Amino acid sequence: MISVRNLRKAFKGQEVLKGIDLDVAPGEVVAIIGPSGSGKTTLLRCLNLLEEPSGGQITVGSIAIDADKPLKAQQGLVRKLRQHVGFVFQNFNLFPHRTALENVIEGPVQVKKEPRAQAVERARALLAKVGLSGKEDAYPKRLSGGQQQRVAIARALAMQPDVILFDEPTSALDPELVGEVLATIRGLAEEKRTMVIVTHEMSFARDVANRAVFIDQGVIVEQGDARTLFSAPKEERTRQFLSKFLVER
Amino acid sequence: MIESSLQLALDSLPFLLKGTIWTVVLSLGGMFFGLLLGFALALLRLYGYWPLQWLSRIYVSFFRGTPLLVQLFMIYYGLPQLGLQLEPLTAALIGFSLNMGAYTSEILRAAIASIDRGQWEAAASIGMGKAQTLYRAILPQAARTALPPLGNSFISLVKDTALAATIQVPELFRQAQLITARTFEIFTMYLAAALIYWVLASILAHFQSRLEARVNRHEQDS
Repeated sequence: MISVRNLRKAFKGQEVLKGIDLDVAPGEVVAIIGPSGSGKTTLLRCLNLLEEPSGGQITVGSIAIDADKPLKAQQGLVRKLRQHVGFVFQNFNLFPHRTALENVIEGPVQVKKEPRAQAVERARALLAKVGLSGKEDAYPKRLSGGQQQRVAIARALAMQPDVILFDEPTSALDPELVGEVLATIRGLAEEKRTMVIVTHEMSFARDVANRAVFIDQGVIVEQGDARTLFSAPKEERTRQFLSKFLVER
Repeated sequence: MIESSLQLALDSLPFLLKGTIWTVVLSLGGMFFGLLLGFALALLRLYGYWPLQWLSRIYVSFFRGTPLLVQLFMIYYGLPQLGLQLEPLTAALIGFSLNMGAYTSEILRAAIASIDRGQWEAAASIGMGKAQTLYRAILPQAARTALPPLGNSFISLVKDTALAATIQVPELFRQAQLITARTFEIFTMYLAAALIYWVLASILAHFQSRLEARVNRHEQDS
């Protein structure tokens, strides 16, 4: 579903990603973990080209982006790729001037030119699915952080993406609201949706992901079956990073 | 004395209202073209290639940094020397639009730039292009920030249209001047003109607050 080859990214000469290779199979849930500043969020943002890579190849389904060339020359492809890749932000980034329902139908109606009535019907079903029936006409300001993030998930789902990327989806939430968002994502994993999740929620990553990828200083240090990686990490750096979590457990 | 003044004011009203029509035309025209020009200048400044950014900066700097009266004189009295003779009304409309464009471009630029980058990214993540994002996501939010200062500028414009009297436009202030020259009821006539300006500005302020309430809908807590 996703194939990444030799992905590199530098900010002002500072190398943040140093040649990442990553494959994600259809229906697979991949958790990306690592310390702050390891490049995990940058990697995720490069996948749907919110960040322009310095070089490398990114393929999603049949859409191939050659990041060795400037993105400006492949804008059409970039937009096409983004229609197939949902993105859920740490800070939700809902459109504050639109209601929950309007946020969800925005992409289908404006980008995919889906008939409005049909988009509304699907949006209602999606809001119900994330547990927000009755909140269709609420503006984001009137929703809790957890509710806003679930609207954002519904907005991503509305595009019927092949894969959904989550960038620390619970990091901006009050602790008591984390559970409802994780439960929603867990539900999507049970539907065998392809997802890549950058997260600090270690037990969630272990339980929900098929595969865990540990990134440090811009390289993939170790990856493998999520339960195995958490219980018996091979690399010293992984062990160090997980030690705090393993003790807590 | 007061009665005769009042009578005179009432008798002069048709003349003043005729002038008011031109005042309104200049105000609305200046707002409309100024807003269009200002929007274009703001986009150039924000997203244009650097020579265009500089052009936009210099434009704004010049038209904000020189007196409106001097600009009007340049257009009406100066341009004929360069072979371009304009009607008074046309010259005034061009002058007010060019001047207004400088002010609105700064307001719009600041308002657009104030919108969080996350909004651009959210729109991009569902496949929107730049123009679509601007129109669907950014401008509706920027309008909230821009409306109060835009309202201020528009009200200033209504009052500044009086300067058009100096280039022969028969607008409200010019009409009042003409009547005082005939009747010597100086205070009464200028007071009457002032009251009409006040009414126009109040109408504008009323529309502004209604529009503000509209774009702030989503901010209400209940």
